[in-house]
Amino acid sequence: MKTVKTDYLARVEGEGGVRIRFRGDQVRDVQVRIFEPPRLFEAFVRGRSYAEVPDITARICGICPVAYQMSSCAAIEDALGIRLAPEIGELRRLLYCGEWIESHALHVFMLHAPDFLGYPDAIAMAREHREIVLAGLAIKKAGNAIIRAIGGREIHPINPRVGGFHSLPPRSALVELIPELESAHQAAMQALQWLGRLNYPDYEGDYEFVAVDGGDRYPFIGTGLISNRGLNISARDYDAHFEESQVPHSNALHSRLRARGAYVCGPLARFNLHFDKLSEGVREAARRLNLTPPCYNPFKSIIVRGLEIAFALEEAIGLIRRYHDNGDAFIAPPSAASTSTGYGVSEAPRGMLYHRYRVDSAGLIRDAKIVPPTSQNLASIEHDLARVAPRMISLTHAEATRLAEQTVRNYDPCISCATHFLQLTIER
Amino acid sequence: MARAGKPKLAVWKFTSCDGCQLSLLDCEDELLEIAGQVQIAKFVEASSAAIRGPYDLSLVEGSITTPDQAEQIRQVRRQSRALVTIGACATAGGIQALRNFRNVPEFIAAVYARPEYISTLSTSSAIADHVRVDFELRGCPINRHQLLEVIAAFINRRRPALPNYSVCMECKRRGTVCVMVAKKIPCLGPLTHSGCGAICPAYGRGCYGCYGPAQTVNAKALADAWEAAGASKIEMHRVLRSFNANAAEFRSAAETLDENG
Ligand code: SF4
Ligand code: SF4
Repeated sequence: MKTVKTDYLARVEGEGGVRIRFRGDQVRDVQVRIFEPPRLFEAFVRGRSYAEVPDITARICGICPVAYQMSSCAAIEDALGIRLAPEIGELRRLLYCGEWIESHALHVFMLHAPDFLGYPDAIAMAREHREIVLAGLAIKKAGNAIIRAIGGREIHPINPRVGGFHSLPPRSALVELIPELESAHQAAMQALQWLGRLNYPDYEGDYEFVAVDGGDRYPFIGTGLISNRGLNISARDYDAHFEESQVPHSNALHSRLRARGAYVCGPLARFNLHFDKLSEGVREAARRLNLTPPCYNPFKSIIVRGLEIAFALEEAIGLIRRYHDNGDAFIAPPSAASTSTGYGVSEAPRGMLYHRYRVDSAGLIRDAKIVPPTSQNLASIEHDLARVAPRMISLTHAEATRLAEQTVRNYDPCISCATHFLQLTIER
Repeated sequence: MARAGKPKLAVWKFTSCDGCQLSLLDCEDELLEIAGQVQIAKFVEASSAAIRGPYDLSLVEGSITTPDQAEQIRQVRRQSRALVTIGACATAGGIQALRNFRNVPEFIAAVYARPEYISTLSTSSAIADHVRVDFELRGCPINRHQLLEVIAAFINRRRPALPNYSVCMECKRRGTVCVMVAKKIPCLGPLTHSGCGAICPAYGRGCYGCYGPAQTVNAKALADAWEAAGASKIEMHRVLRSFNANAAEFRSAAETLDENG
């Protein structure tokens, strides 16, 4: 029996490994093993004030803290019956654009692109592809500049709170970012050409795609979920349609649709379900790369991230132009009369993020549930690996490892989030 | 690949959110320059290449929460000339040290249906509880400018030049009017170590202590000031029991509040 094993998946956030076992030419089983130790967030928000939750859940992930803050705030506001002023929703959307730009640029240029070209990392890639690495860093920096201006700092921003923000950033502090965002947009459009020339493995999966319903806009924060197979539900009904199960080889839970099993969330899901809500310029760029929905090739998610970077930069520029700093920074919550439960969904860079909280009349959290995107994609990652694995038989161990890692990285997994990364073992 | 003479840098991860090591990748303007001056010999989050030790400088993120990690950190120490902890997890146990004050099996059961699959210690402990640490960089997350100073200092074999006064001093330097005095917003700034640049008060909120305890801490006096600002001891207790709950000064400050009801 032959085993292909990567002990540590490099270039993913968090710790995990992959084990693929063969019997002859047949794939016997595939395990994405998550050994990132659990940090037990759902347990320690119990008994804390609702006001502390966005600061605490941000610490689940240093790569996408804004997503955690936004889903937490949305769910708690739902429980407390807070209706946000529209301007606050727009400022949150802008903050979220910053996180998509920063996180996607990190993943596309520093973590995923080296797989396609056979480099161990972006620094090695920069020796021969300096321009593209510099462009990626400049784009990433522009995203971080948005988060810093609104949030106070790039990682674990301090300004968001339940009901809005602690204070509104002055309009001038955002307007002055526009030139940097415009040049990042230009760099992103050029980088798309470069991404279009990479070699894409010829592979398609048969996926159900799930994304937040963004109304008539490309989704960031929302109240419902849709799929390409007829799912159309309110976030309140999440638990009736999805279930999580625990597998012995992983500290991360696997989630499934009760009716149909594995599904995919993230950039490819958003692109396929919401293509018509991207800007005309971004849709045109996609068409020039022969990428139109439905796209079932997960390796092309790197291009979709590139498109979403361009989109988020355009969106950010528009949001800043319309922004005014003369409203209220937040709405104080009405005092809760009784215990109530709230639900929140939003689109983290790597996919849908569901939060649910029960808040009692003293404002304390009684119960919490958090379902990160990586848990949702784990079952599909294992399926993809099982289907790509037969190609590994004729490869050297190093090549097989690279293919396995690239397959996993299509989903930009964040293992820190899901434990709540990767080592490849291939047994032949 | 290896060029003789360049100091070797390694980045290690234990139980954490990856935010502190991301701070290194967030040095967008300096990253390629750093990579020219040091050899990034091991950095799993950024590279699939790894060069063997010994390392001139190890940056350690995360706390120790499993028996394997307790063993691994000893190996890291043996391979490192200098070892620097980055962030509240590595320096004080992090937010996950809240388990130290509660019942862990109960915590695990709240998250996992099959607790028997999960291997974890009942405590989350700082790196310095296990091995000798040459410097502790504070913050949840760390400040990337301070990180650059730490790397430069250790490469040049000098001590990092980083102040260790409180957040209050940073407010004064920044020209932020005290939020406790002016707006009666409870703030942990007087007890909290500098390094962030006093971000929260500048955004109209009180400090919640994410950089951990300052050198001298007068918790009793601050508790009185919180009461004067209309905040209860319970609220102050909660703030102390967050990202640096297991730091000695915050732990004892919380216990003092317990005793005074
Ligand atoms: S100290 Fe804070 S930012 Fe740093 S790894 Fe720990 S949780 Fe993340
Ligand atoms: S003011 Fe306090 S809580 Fe805010 S970032 Fe600084 S140390 Fe952290």
